[in-house]
Amino acid sequence: MTWTIFLQQMINGISLGSLYGLVAIGYTMVYGILRLINFAHGDLLMVAAYAAILGSVTFSLPWFVSFPLAVLATGLMGILLDRAAYKPLRNAPRISLLISAIGASFLLENLALVIIGGVPKGFGRPEVFDKVISFMGLRIQVLTIYTPVVTLVLLLGLMYIIYRTRVGIAMRAASKDFETTRLMGINLDRIIAITFLLGSTLAAAGGIMWAMKYPQVNPFMGVIPGLKAFIAAVLGGIGNVAGAVVGGFLLGLGEVVIVALVPQLAQYRDAIAFVILILLLLFRPTGIMGEPVTDKI
Amino acid sequence: MKVQATFMDRKNWKRLFSLAGVVLLFGVLYLFDRYGSLYQVRILNNMAIFIILAVSYNLVNGICGQLHLGPNAFITIGAYTSALLSMSPAEKQMSFMIEPLIWPFTVLQAPFLVSLLAGGVVATIFAFLISFPVFRVRGDYLAIVTLGFGEVIRVLCNALQGLTNGPMGLKGLLPYTNLWWSWGVAVFTVFVTTSLVNSSYGRAMKAIREDEIAAKAMGVDPFRQLLLAFLVSAFFSGVAGGLLAHLITTISPTLFTFFLTFNLLIIIVVGGLGSTTGAVIGAMLFTWGGEALRVVESPLHLGFVTIPGVPGMRMVLFSVILMVVIIFARNGIMGRREFSWDGLAGMMRLGRRG
Repeated sequence: MTWTIFLQQMINGISLGSLYGLVAIGYTMVYGILRLINFAHGDLLMVAAYAAILGSVTFSLPWFVSFPLAVLATGLMGILLDRAAYKPLRNAPRISLLISAIGASFLLENLALVIIGGVPKGFGRPEVFDKVISFMGLRIQVLTIYTPVVTLVLLLGLMYIIYRTRVGIAMRAASKDFETTRLMGINLDRIIAITFLLGSTLAAAGGIMWAMKYPQVNPFMGVIPGLKAFIAAVLGGIGNVAGAVVGGFLLGLGEVVIVALVPQLAQYRDAIAFVILILLLLFRPTGIMGEPVTDKI
Repeated sequence: MKVQATFMDRKNWKRLFSLAGVVLLFGVLYLFDRYGSLYQVRILNNMAIFIILAVSYNLVNGICGQLHLGPNAFITIGAYTSALLSMSPAEKQMSFMIEPLIWPFTVLQAPFLVSLLAGGVVATIFAFLISFPVFRVRGDYLAIVTLGFGEVIRVLCNALQGLTNGPMGLKGLLPYTNLWWSWGVAVFTVFVTTSLVNSSYGRAMKAIREDEIAAKAMGVDPFRQLLLAFLVSAFFSGVAGGLLAHLITTISPTLFTFFLTFNLLIIIVVGGLGSTTGAVIGAMLFTWGGEALRVVESPLHLGFVTIPGVPGMRMVLFSVILMVVIIFARNGIMGRREFSWDGLAGMMRLGRRG
């Protein structure tokens, strides 16, 4: 492998990894507070992509209007998801909550299938993202560079919210101790709604960039990125926002590098992430940046 | 002494009733086999296979309370193993066009029963291997690891062309599965599962479901109990996979996606998590309802207007049913109750009084 190919692959890996990271943040935030894998989180990528298509194609809005609108719509969808599928089950056994999450995921996918149809829709890439720049013998699509930049900017914004605002303090408190936070007079339903809003908007940003990267939008497009993003969240240490992004980068880089080094493994690509997960849970279940959790009896 | 004698009598009576129930079931099956349409026989076969799958799935999810999301992996393994063993060498040589089949399977051929058992055993071996990472974790993590295992198996099925023929799958299996095989295995599965659940092992499994730490304090080894349930469940899933393969006679990786697991989850949730009776009822309702609901996907004629059928509508309904049951009626049909002759007698007595 030559130096340029190696660099090219690294850039691809970082770009893919930052997408995993963006989606992983939503998983990790919801898990931190509700201790729930939001199975429907991956499907929000699909919702965002279709919403963006609706804005750009049906209403022929320019991308800088339709994309933020799609992100906002997906954020509201996230709140709706919590209200409909998770809120009635706050005091139910955990297994019920998970089953409801799986049901919500299938409902979103199949509703999209019924309403829009299973034929993949093309995703028109705005010209701004379509340019290719040549640099030291590398040919890079600008989108590949924008993706990690957008991820880092959003991450910084999120960190600001979590560590510097009152809402953020309440969110951190809720993830430490749900009941005590409620006793402190904090409206937990509002905090949970904000958590879902933030997680879902980030997933929406990820979904739109994913659709620009792989411009085939179908009702099931969010399943595999969603699962991998969850693995990224576990890899980084679940409940840790920065860890989710680090896990995303590692997973993206790992996938790309392994396939680049051993091309025969390309067809096993989707299995690599799960093998990493199984190994991780065997040897270090708390992830890279996670703190060991002890259960109180 | 007298008391003990009557106790023995009652137990024998119940056994006799159960035996009569089974005889009655096979009598009905005989009538369908003889006079029923192909369509009816097919639905009955499906029903039996779903009963096996749901009852064995319920053992891990309902009785032990662990959300296992990978039964599709064991069904796949069972289906492929039994298909590779039951096909004739000539048929296999014809099927594997892109890459030839690897060695031992090119010459092996086994009778149907042996191939079914082999499917179950191979699925059990895989379950044993995966159990170490799976039972190191609990709750959501366990769910995602088992889900991931299902995905890995699906990817392997597509990639290992010399063993599975890749995305093309295996074609031309002989339709060995008939009502006797499928319902015979179903009755056997229910019998074994019920005996297991009612034994001291079953009580230990339920103790883990209720409170693992308390169970541990009482001397229950969670890993051993969960492993037992997991292996038994995988065995029957594998056998059911073999039955399914020889019912539809063509298998490919697309048949055994997470979608199949989702269907099983609906069945056991609607039937009542933790009830074998519930799993049986759920499986029968699902198979029957799945056929009845085909109406919503076919065009609807209302005199002058025709509403075109919407493909996928059934799955929307199933998802809504799952969510509504889990949110508003968490116990499903049976809750954790089981069918028993005493219970039936009690209900009849009540009915007579009222």
